Amino acid sequence: MSTETETQPLLRLDHVSKNFGPVQALSDVNLELRAGEVTALIGDNGAGKSVTIKTISGIHGPDSGQIYWEGRPVRIRTPREASALGIETVFQDLALCNNLDIVQNLFLGRERTNHGLTLDEEAMEKSAAETLASLAVTTVRSIRQPVASLSGGQRQSVAIAKAVLWNTKLVIMDEPTAALGVAQTAMVLGLVRRLADRGHAVMLISHNMNDVFEVADRIAVLFLGRVVAVRLAADMDRQIAVDLMTTGQSARLSTNGHAAKEPDRT
Amino acid sequence: MSEVEDPTPAKAAAGQHDEPMTAAAARKAELALPPDIAADSVSGYLRTSVARIKGGESGVLPVVGGLILISILFQSMNSNFLTAGNLVNLLVQAAVFSLLALAEIFVLLLGEIDLSVGYVAAVSAAIMGTLLGPDHGWAWPLAVAVALLACLGIGMLQGTIITRIGLPSFVVTLAGLLFWEGVLLKILGSGGTVPINSQPINDIASRNLSPAVGWILMLVLVGIYGGMLWMRESKRRKAGLVAPPPRITLLKIACALAAGVALVLLCNTNRGVLVPIKGVPWVVLLVLGVLAIWTFMLGRTKLGRYIYAIGGNAEAARRAGIDVPGVRTIAFMLCSLTAGVAGIVYASRLQSISTNVDGGTLVLYAVAAAVIGGTSLFGGHGKAMHGVLGGIVIAAIDNGMGLVGFTAASQYMVTALVLLAAVVIDALARRGRVAT
Repeated sequence: MSTETETQPLLRLDHVSKNFGPVQALSDVNLELRAGEVTALIGDNGAGKSVTIKTISGIHGPDSGQIYWEGRPVRIRTPREASALGIETVFQDLALCNNLDIVQNLFLGRERTNHGLTLDEEAMEKSAAETLASLAVTTVRSIRQPVASLSGGQRQSVAIAKAVLWNTKLVIMDEPTAALGVAQTAMVLGLVRRLADRGHAVMLISHNMNDVFEVADRIAVLFLGRVVAVRLAADMDRQIAVDLMTTGQSARLSTNGHAAKEPDRT
Repeated sequence: MSEVEDPTPAKAAAGQHDEPMTAAAARKAELALPPDIAADSVSGYLRTSVARIKGGESGVLPVVGGLILISILFQSMNSNFLTAGNLVNLLVQAAVFSLLALAEIFVLLLGEIDLSVGYVAAVSAAIMGTLLGPDHGWAWPLAVAVALLACLGIGMLQGTIITRIGLPSFVVTLAGLLFWEGVLLKILGSGGTVPINSQPINDIASRNLSPAVGWILMLVLVGIYGGMLWMRESKRRKAGLVAPPPRITLLKIACALAAGVALVLLCNTNRGVLVPIKGVPWVVLLVLGVLAIWTFMLGRTKLGRYIYAIGGNAEAARRAGIDVPGVRTIAFMLCSLTAGVAGIVYASRLQSISTNVDGGTLVLYAVAAAVIGGTSLFGGHGKAMHGVLGGIVIAAIDNGMGLVGFTAASQYMVTALVLLAAVVIDALARRGRVAT
């Protein structure tokens, strides 16, 4: 994968800090997300992963620091403002209505209508079918089946398709494979990869090192609210990642960020 | 490079993976499909329908089965039960229950309950009766409009308290049950009864279409229904969208026609003793009209979609940008409005409205009718049709037990047991539903 594009980052966090009372959840976080790349955000429990995605998706505002979107400074105060910019977040609970079918879920809250009166089911169904086909989500039997009848992996796929249906540029996913079996995980990771290949920026939160190394182009490690390393996935290995997550540094890696080359790789 | 994984082959492999399923899981998933999608032939359609009933997605078949069972039971005890006269009478009795159940369905779909519908209906009837009375002498359309507007106001008040303050609907509408009973007593004053002398209002429950008009109207309505269904489904088939095969569409139209013919034949049989009485009662048309409007609203508009979405997962609806408190308030308003219509039918049947209305029993019958018809108490599952069918079941039990000569005591107990059975079926169906 040609991941080292020197284009302008889609989203940039510049010295972002966030406190909850006396607890410093994020301190001086610098992070860049690029279109066409999967950036994995890893870290131990309490490292600040959730706070980071909540800051980007408009649930918490940062206390200090600046967020840049396509080079412009922006303030993201609500999830609505995040959506307006083109940022969609797939949280772990997926936010799907089990009693509605796939098409109804994909268009929930943004239904198409015939002159504002009745629902335009034909248009919605066609466009849902196209979106799912373009994401190669092919395992569902019918897009008119209720979400309650889908497997965990299929539900995750529907939630992801829902996030990218709206001209979305950045998709944030919180532990998308947490509750899935092996084959379903492979299906979802394949989907994550295709999103990036289609030109979306993807930010992936995961505990699972296998997933991270399988799908990520770039890995950012959080430790106690700080970004201690951002490196290409190819320049890292599991041991380094685990060292960074648990201690904030790795004996095999200089800790001053992504400018450094891995010392023992020759 | 020993420890650094090359991710590429794994990624390529991931894309090709289809999810393997066990045979059991695949069968289960298949059963969850609506038969419209799964079936490619008439026999397949029936097979999938039967499989879905076993899997907990029962639809209206249990209520139809229950109705047949009740009919056999009462007919064996009293041979007057299945006479044209009694069945048409039963349909007229069922109108109030069906309308109240239609009202209750809006809030049940949200996973809420409205205990006040009985007395809201009574208040609506009392307002209309008073305005029609000699003191005011209003024209009937105006009196009906004011009564229904008052009901909308009641729904808005209760809905706003529930959604904006965040109180349980059970408590707020329980307070409503008491409060509106008080208002009813206040409106009806010392006399306690207001007779309805307006001919058009009394006609709703007592007048019939002439037999010829009944036939023509039935054919026109079935024609409209069939035409719309056929056009929509053939349009979907042409566009390559999910649609049942033409035979199943024809089967549905044939069923609607059969039901229509049966209804008109039944109603056109002479049921008078001294003078001939025949024809479809107006009130049947009224119930069908309300059913059609609410079915359209729930199935084809954004508002209906949002009501189902909130009942399924309110948090998901909120995140999708739906105004959840607003939609919930509207659902309570529609509930009270439909209860208001039920109240007018109630007054029309008795040709008066009095303080003897038992709004507490009415609301329990309404909830029972909705649940017996197949609407879930837990929100998100149900259709307007369920209310009408459930109302007929309740009326059949009521009517049959009266005919056989049960005492009031045993009538209450039997109705309670039927309600309990319906709720148990609902809870079991919920457990049976694939992975909620």
